[in-house]
Amino acid sequence: MLTQQTDFQISKKDRQFVGAHLLVAISALTVGSLYGPLQAFEWSGLDLYGLLEPIGLGDYYKGLTIHGVLNALVWTTFFITGFLTLVMIMGLKRPLRYPKLNRVGFWTMVVGLVMAAIPILAGAASVLYTFYPPLEASWAFYLGLTLVVVGSWIEGFGFYLTMAEWRKDNPDSRSPFIVLAALITMVMWQFATLGIAVEILTMLLPASLGIIDGTDPQLGRTFFWFTGHPLVYFWLLPAYLSWYGMLPKQAGGKLFSDSLARLAFWLFLLLSIPVGFHHQFVDPGIPVGWKYIHSLLTYGVAFPSMLTLFTVVASLEYAARKRGGTGLLGWIRALPWGNPVVSAQLLAGILFMFGGIGGITNASYNVNLVIHNTAWIPGHFHLTVASAVTLSFFGIAYWLIPFVTQKPLWKSKWATIANWTWFVGMLIFSNAMHVLGLLGAPRRTELGKAPYVPEEWSGHLFRMSFGGAILLVGVTLFVLIAARTAFQRQTLGEGESIEFPIAESLRDPQLTPIWLDRFKPWLIGTIVLIVVAYGPQLIEQIGNAAYNAPPFSP
Amino acid sequence: MTDTSTAETPKLETDPYEKRWMFISVVILIVFMATVTVAGFALGFQVPGDESRVDPRTVADSPPWSEPGIRDLGNGEYAAYVISRQYLFQPREITVPEGSTVTFYVTSVDVQHGFKLQDTNVNMQIVPGEVSKLTVEFDEPGEHLYICNEFCGIGHAAMFGSVIVEATTGGN
Repeated sequence: MLTQQTDFQISKKDRQFVGAHLLVAISALTVGSLYGPLQAFEWSGLDLYGLLEPIGLGDYYKGLTIHGVLNALVWTTFFITGFLTLVMIMGLKRPLRYPKLNRVGFWTMVVGLVMAAIPILAGAASVLYTFYPPLEASWAFYLGLTLVVVGSWIEGFGFYLTMAEWRKDNPDSRSPFIVLAALITMVMWQFATLGIAVEILTMLLPASLGIIDGTDPQLGRTFFWFTGHPLVYFWLLPAYLSWYGMLPKQAGGKLFSDSLARLAFWLFLLLSIPVGFHHQFVDPGIPVGWKYIHSLLTYGVAFPSMLTLFTVVASLEYAARKRGGTGLLGWIRALPWGNPVVSAQLLAGILFMFGGIGGITNASYNVNLVIHNTAWIPGHFHLTVASAVTLSFFGIAYWLIPFVTQKPLWKSKWATIANWTWFVGMLIFSNAMHVLGLLGAPRRTELGKAPYVPEEWSGHLFRMSFGGAILLVGVTLFVLIAARTAFQRQTLGEGESIEFPIAESLRDPQLTPIWLDRFKPWLIGTIVLIVVAYGPQLIEQIGNAAYNAPPFSP
Repeated sequence: MTDTSTAETPKLETDPYEKRWMFISVVILIVFMATVTVAGFALGFQVPGDESRVDPRTVADSPPWSEPGIRDLGNGEYAAYVISRQYLFQPREITVPEGSTVTFYVTSVDVQHGFKLQDTNVNMQIVPGEVSKLTVEFDEPGEHLYICNEFCGIGHAAMFGSVIVEATTGGN
């Protein structure tokens, strides 16, 4: 049977199915990204929203909602579900067990997206992507977001059923690392989204339909951040999957340690969720003791990221030395920087080191007082979701689009330029945002209209908007390359094919301990930790809930 | 779920460098934990806690919130009751003498707001139905703006107030 599997070819239908995810994802990124520079320019005194006024899109906070929802939620979720679908198929070398189920999942997501987009564009959901109650959006916004999440769940169930069948046929084999990573990402996502599901179904949707007169905003925040922090790991883990399971191969080497790669992913499942209060350090309704416990657990979730730093760098060093690299750090030059698939991920990793250090600052309990809700925070997450994740996804797209369309990458050199443009723009933008945050500039504020902006900020505001302009060039190049690649006439030549990258492990995965390939102990641990870290506060806050804050539609 | 390959049960093997890196990582994280613990629980750099609940619909009608502003508690201690509403703080201005210790109690009568007192460690989420509380000492004369740093609606950018710390005359 193994010999049959090595000849596996993905069907055209499945390639198109993955491609459909990418089409939605990149379209969302295109529209959402246009608002980024507008916000940046507005802050530095150049208000261009008047240009969009004739088409009814000239409102700052409507634009900010569009930017957050499309870039942070839609671009990521659609790219990830598409990418993981391909990882499941190519990793297990078999088609999905129930392809129709996964198609139902995808179309549910699309219907949800349209349903949420209508009220956003109509100005009936300018509540930003955190939609904190008692801010109120149209019911269609909440229902639409729910359907996007439900659709992603259905696609996840499709993965599990496919895996179950593979396991039946291969009882003694270690599952391929990339498949395990995809499954852990989905499981973590399904646990995590329970918080937002409860918030929407018990509070926001009934309030928007007029079934209840008010909400409990503090309880709403607690539900939201149950989901909100693991959400960032849902974005990040697929990038990690690529860094561990594909990048070593793309750089010409091997994965340094299969065991440690799996261990890191399991630790993310275990520790991503019971840390949500670190987004609520300055909230009034939560005792300091619980905030402190979540702070300590957040240091715990930094550990698998530090493991990742070691394993990924070690894998890259192995690749570089095989390519003739020498010296303590000189080997870095021997990496295939000319390959845009590789350079995107390397640059993403470099930006993420800064993002990770800033993240530890945010998690540091009382230190958070200095930066909570300041420009530092968007400065931080533009290094994580908009760099570690988005720039890695650029790199993945450079082989993924050719793979699903069977067309060559359009102008590889331009892709390299796009990567560096994004990298440089983000360094300038995020540095300025961090500095502004330390000086006290608030986030999510139409700062050009604020009467209190001191002269001291203006140089940094200019630098920030300059970075934003460079980022616009970077994303435009990326979208151009993606579109020209997908819609060109030219197809791959005779005998040419796009390889699906799977990095071999230095050590035979069969020698990986069995407990690193079984869900049960980790699922039990995850549930126990959630109950311990959240249970008492949920009981307390639900017990004391008062749904007495009347809704307000901005 | 059972492992049928009983002939060999592989154990987790780690590279010596990897072990060292893991050790260093754990040490770094423990140092960070210890630092924030000492700063928070021994030196008093604390975050807001679970203060008290109020009804956002009626809170502005009854004391102490019906008269927002500063209260002199004696010995250089003050309590400041601040109402946040779209799109202003009540009061807009608070004046205290240099050297005073002020505890801020802030709540909202409508949506969520933020209360960040510039150049101090006071930074609080203001949530309808809850009271946010933090204490700060003003050692030097000057002006500190408090600005709303949570999106609260179309007029959000204009929402701010100021604490004026007056130099004590004839004192040191």
